[in-house]
Amino acid sequence: MALTADGSEQKELTQTPLLKIWVPWMGCNLNRRRGSSVPQFCNSPTMIVMVGLPARGKTYISKKLTRYLNWIGVPTKMFNVGQYRREAVKIYKNFEFFKQDNEEAMNIRKACAAAALKDVTAYFTKEQGQVAVFDATNTTCERRAIILNFAKEKGYKVFFVESICEDPEIIAENIKQVKFGSPDYVDRDIEEAMEDFVQRIECYRASYTSIDDDKDRKLSYIKIFDVGSRYLVNQVQDHIQSRIVYYLMNIHVTPRSIYLTRHGESELNLLGRIGGDSGLSPRGQKYANALAIFIKSQNIKDLKVWTSHMKRTIQTAEALGVQYEQWKALNEIDAGVCEELTYEEIQRDFPSEFALRDQDKYRYRYPKGESYEDMVHRLEPVIMELERQENVLVICHQAIMRCLLAYFLDKPGDELPYLRCPLHTTLKLTPVAYGCKVEPFFLNIEAVNTHRERPVK
Amino acid sequence: MMRGCSSSRTKLTQNQDRTVCMTNCPTLIVTVGLPARGKTYISKKLTRYLNWIDVPTREFNVGQYRREFVKIYKSFEFFRPDNEEGLSIRRQCASAALNDVRQYLTEEGGQVAVFDATNTTRERRETIIQFAEQNGFKVFFVESVCEDPDVIQENIVQVKLESPDYTNCNTEEAVKDFMMRIQCYENSYETLDEVLDRDLSYIKIMDVGQRFLVNRVLDHIQSRIVYYLMNIHITPRSIYLCRHGESELNVKGRIGGDSGLTPRGKEFAKKLTQFIQKQDISDLKVWTSQMKRTIQTAEALGVPYEQWKVLNEIDAGVCEEMMYEEIQESYSLEFALRDQDKYRYRYPKGESYEDLVQRLEPVIMELERQENVLVICHQAVMRCLLAYFLDKTAVELPYLKCPLHTVLKLTPVAYGCKVESICLNVEAVNTHRERPENVDVSRMSEEALLTVPAHQ
Repeated sequence: MALTADGSEQKELTQTPLLKIWVPWMGCNLNRRRGSSVPQFCNSPTMIVMVGLPARGKTYISKKLTRYLNWIGVPTKMFNVGQYRREAVKIYKNFEFFKQDNEEAMNIRKACAAAALKDVTAYFTKEQGQVAVFDATNTTCERRAIILNFAKEKGYKVFFVESICEDPEIIAENIKQVKFGSPDYVDRDIEEAMEDFVQRIECYRASYTSIDDDKDRKLSYIKIFDVGSRYLVNQVQDHIQSRIVYYLMNIHVTPRSIYLTRHGESELNLLGRIGGDSGLSPRGQKYANALAIFIKSQNIKDLKVWTSHMKRTIQTAEALGVQYEQWKALNEIDAGVCEELTYEEIQRDFPSEFALRDQDKYRYRYPKGESYEDMVHRLEPVIMELERQENVLVICHQAIMRCLLAYFLDKPGDELPYLRCPLHTTLKLTPVAYGCKVEPFFLNIEAVNTHRERPVK
Repeated sequence: MMRGCSSSRTKLTQNQDRTVCMTNCPTLIVTVGLPARGKTYISKKLTRYLNWIDVPTREFNVGQYRREFVKIYKSFEFFRPDNEEGLSIRRQCASAALNDVRQYLTEEGGQVAVFDATNTTRERRETIIQFAEQNGFKVFFVESVCEDPDVIQENIVQVKLESPDYTNCNTEEAVKDFMMRIQCYENSYETLDEVLDRDLSYIKIMDVGQRFLVNRVLDHIQSRIVYYLMNIHITPRSIYLCRHGESELNVKGRIGGDSGLTPRGKEFAKKLTQFIQKQDISDLKVWTSQMKRTIQTAEALGVPYEQWKVLNEIDAGVCEEMMYEEIQESYSLEFALRDQDKYRYRYPKGESYEDLVQRLEPVIMELERQENVLVICHQAVMRCLLAYFLDKTAVELPYLKCPLHTVLKLTPVAYGCKVESICLNVEAVNTHRERPENVDVSRMSEEALLTVPAHQ
């Protein structure tokens, strides 16, 4: 028996049944780690603090960033101080609330910020949160100093994200897209709301101090100018901040649509077998043709088409008659020893594996195969490139499509593996306001159902 | 990047508009900055990274062209702004370099060219921009700005003293001359300006990565370049690469699988622990794959370690756990194809080295961010990582020697990487299979199996 560095006997390793991770003994720490296929590199909790005048996209960025971080396995939560204010002051009258000299309002606003910070602490200490996005204007040095002191006391890292924009068109568009729908303006007509909001912005402008590149040179921050045409990045401290910067530098607000579809029905689909690399069935081929017609009818400008390296997605793309790119990262989940088996055969030959999978379908890894969690990590470059691109059609597979859809629709790990992605249906995703509009298009070609529901315990 | 792309490069349509360029047109990266600001360091590193991720890239160092033209460097006077002859020669050298850039990008299949020179005046940069427009290249500037005298001094000591320009000078003379050289550029230096240059695509690196200004990133490759540049650092550190200890399947001559360590493998784990302790490394991070043999090796160290699934050994698909002899028997065609192009060959239902490089990219990115790291991995994986650090080509990569029970200590120095190979003196099988002479699909079994290493 070999000895470890401290002279104790080296135990034999065992593999955890669900995640298939080798651990020194069953109850050890490694077993309970999240994001098992890629190390998290997250030691102290991080506060991302937004900075900027109203209508500069802070909440848009906050929500998107939160969605992205959660998807890649970093528990993140957003704290919108405006929400706290709406709960404290049930009815919003008008912009006068935000006037610099409105002492009563100032006190309420300070209390709301403090309440939000308190919730941030609770999130980190009681809910195992890793990142908190503090979404407010934070436009004065004073307010930012309070946050920095708070973070210092608790041992949290701080990363500022400031959005600076003076393009009147962009600001007007922002106001239209998200402010009119706000609870604050529910009883106003558009002109009134616009007028009031513009005054609201003015209330902040006089006391707005941008992060100072000289005085604040020790702080960690990114300044985003004009919706991403320019960035200033200062003192990136660690891995997660580096990933955040990379993400923020790749997103854009140009209107576009993303089309997600699976390959046409395959031979193995017909046989009820999972995985493999079979070709299209006759109905699958019909779908490919129907897809070509559908895509043409959508009249999409500069459409990019992506497929996996597997025969069935490539055959589907071929019917479109346009150029397409193949990504290995879009290959279907590797079912390891269960490749090309039917569910009945898996139940027969690997009953415990089958049961484990139903217990935690997101983290369950097939023996010699992958888990949904593993797939999310290999899809991250695909998501990053989807963010950069404009109109894209992704022809992929069931598990892959579930992962991508979960990213766009902000679905958590326990819902992701049960999202419905039927064959012969294209989903058109269009970013709108803070989220994503989904339009399903069933192209009227019959296909088998490959969806297995979460079994009732 | 997208591997196995079926889209080919599209032609540029000539257009007055600076911004029109198809996504696949070649990119010209142009460095900007005073001497001793790390331009060549960045150029070489970036070139190495891009080539590793399969983007054909080459650097063109104008100083090299100047050294070939003006055989003997006398003194900084050559660089004086009033030295007409010097200026003329330098202009010619820049032109010659641009000419070679054009050839590389249009005729030799290059995707990115790194034009490494000071390019400190707007005039010079405008010339380059026009050149790029005429040829349909995108331009991305990388400016390095630094006024920290310690950093500049260190740069000069690390790379300038070794330069051919100063072979016959002593250290003091060389430093003095180089300082004067920098001064020659200072007066005419026009840094990239937020307003005047607002339409250009660039990254300004300030104080060795404390701060970055990024403007108008146009496409995927520029975005990757920015991400890379923002993650590298120059803090001295070492990276230790080694394989797991000898495994059960190793001794049987079988590839892949997920077996445990042999007694000799466990002995190696012990010796590794002693070695690491003796090295007295500050804040060492230890990384393993998620396979039993690397984890067993790390466990012996008695320190926390991180498991990366992407460090798992290459997936040999249908050939998993087979001996080479068995592969030759059942898949002789595959075996021959692999010998023909070991880098791109993908095992049926498995992976290729090319696939490995793609999945290892986040590891490389994180290795760049980190300081002292020990990576306990596998033969094919170690070859890929080593190829990145030592700038090996795709042809060389699958045949790099990474024997069991040997630790490679990589220390960045000057423009490259010092490698120390430390054999920990524990016997192990040899798992290295050289490329056999006959790679033809019609070859005999014996010819295919000629280079298979001995096993049980």
